[in-house]
Amino acid sequence: MTDFLEALETVPLIRYSLIAGIVSSLTFGVVGSLVVTRRIAYIAAAIAHSILGGIGASIYYSRVYDLPWLTPMIGAIIAGLLSAAVIGWVSLKCGEREDTIIGAIWAFGMTVGLLFIHYAPGKSVNLESFIFGNILLTSRSDVVATFVLGAIVLLLVILFYHKLVAVCFDEEFARLRGVSSSAYYLLLLAITAMSVVLMVRIAGIILSLALIVLPAATASHFSRKLWVIMIVSIVITMICNAGGLAFSYELDIPTGPFIVLLAVAIYSGSFFVKRLRS
Amino acid sequence: MKPTEPTPAPDAPVLVDCRDLCFGYGKAFVLEDVNFCIHRGESLCVIGPNGGGKSTLVKLILGLIEPARGSLQVLGRTPRKAQRAMGYVPQAMRFDAQFPISALDIVLMGRLDRLVIGSFSRKCRAAALEALDEVGMADFSRRPFSDLSGGERQRVMIARALACEPELLLLDEPTANIDLSVEAQLMETLCALRRKLTILMVTHDLDLVSSLGDSVLCVNHRVHRHSLPLSGDTIKEIYSSRRRIEHDRRSRHIEGDHSACDHD
Repeated sequence: MTDFLEALETVPLIRYSLIAGIVSSLTFGVVGSLVVTRRIAYIAAAIAHSILGGIGASIYYSRVYDLPWLTPMIGAIIAGLLSAAVIGWVSLKCGEREDTIIGAIWAFGMTVGLLFIHYAPGKSVNLESFIFGNILLTSRSDVVATFVLGAIVLLLVILFYHKLVAVCFDEEFARLRGVSSSAYYLLLLAITAMSVVLMVRIAGIILSLALIVLPAATASHFSRKLWVIMIVSIVITMICNAGGLAFSYELDIPTGPFIVLLAVAIYSGSFFVKRLRS
Repeated sequence: MKPTEPTPAPDAPVLVDCRDLCFGYGKAFVLEDVNFCIHRGESLCVIGPNGGGKSTLVKLILGLIEPARGSLQVLGRTPRKAQRAMGYVPQAMRFDAQFPISALDIVLMGRLDRLVIGSFSRKCRAAALEALDEVGMADFSRRPFSDLSGGERQRVMIARALACEPELLLLDEPTANIDLSVEAQLMETLCALRRKLTILMVTHDLDLVSSLGDSVLCVNHRVHRHSLPLSGDTIKEIYSSRRRIEHDRRSRHIEGDHSACDHD
């Protein structure tokens, strides 16, 4: 463990990823609890995968048209919000089956990403780092972006907490009380998209899903109050992120998978504890 | 059982006025040529076979769907504009029993129209607690929804509708999936509410109809109004699967009636 603590002081990269991990835990705990409660984990999955489309497009266009500001993170945010809007709009307005749309967006996003990356000029893109995460890519600007995005998401949830919960619980009744249920459902999908983008750097597209679902699912084993579930899942996500980072550094294994392993272990543990209790 | 309260005077103001209404989800109409009105203080039960259009009628009054033809006014306004004056208790089965929420937080949803951002005011919390008290659930305010029994959940849902401070209370099958002992308690709660509110209640429970209703709306594609008590023949007819127009003649109901109290 001393190696890790030393690295924290001397290697900025490690420091950045620890800060990014801890800050995004706040958002993940809060948004993950809403996702698990509203049972839209599969929508979060589709949004996460479609993000690759945005990443690919941003790499392609920034290289072809020399746009240095168009970072993969910006591409990811745009793609995430776009697919959240499409999934939400189609399931709200068109009466199309939600699972069909989820499948379509999921595959389409990844396909677009793969094609853009294939045709992007210049040095080859390390696709794996986006899919499974690569801690060595965390930069100072990523940390800043994590702070900004996290603050936006948390502020939105705090301001509209009661309306979001009401729409999750009983969309029709909320509408009768003058709450625009469709708008708040879209807001929920949008903050889910932004949270997933936050974690892509550290855990990657696929593994970030585990972090959005498992801590909240673990917390809901032990509490039936949403705000308690949120706080407990924030703590669990922080433990997973910090612990995963430290151990993977010590043992020299990839960080993303180790973080997810921790999350799965905590979830399974809580599952058995709950079974034993009852 | 006799109605516990007298039928309101026919000159009471009209709360819901429905004229020549038609509605369909596809090409065929679910409801056709619907005419009825509800006066203030009335307690009306809606009965009819499954798929006859009972819930659709409730949704039309709530302004959740728009009529294809005809007019429907609530408190002299369009249903959508009158939404704030209505309290709605939906069918119980719709809810996710595992949802992590307390009874009080559910009741507070009745005050959502008074909330812009942030958390509920003290006044709203007081009103929500009062609504819980009114249905005899004041001690349950902090209990998680998942801990409550079917009857308790239903009373929380009624409290949520009361927290809206409604003039018209709409209930969709409040006693479905509830055991008999709990039903008696629920009936007591509803009887108490009847004294101060106008109530429209969808139900299959003929006991509830006879103890709570001033009169009955039979919804089966068309809508007919019957007085109480219902005869065995009438009940059979209401629940027959055929859509009968001659229904009219045989049971001497009043179709298109706008005086409400002119029962046989």
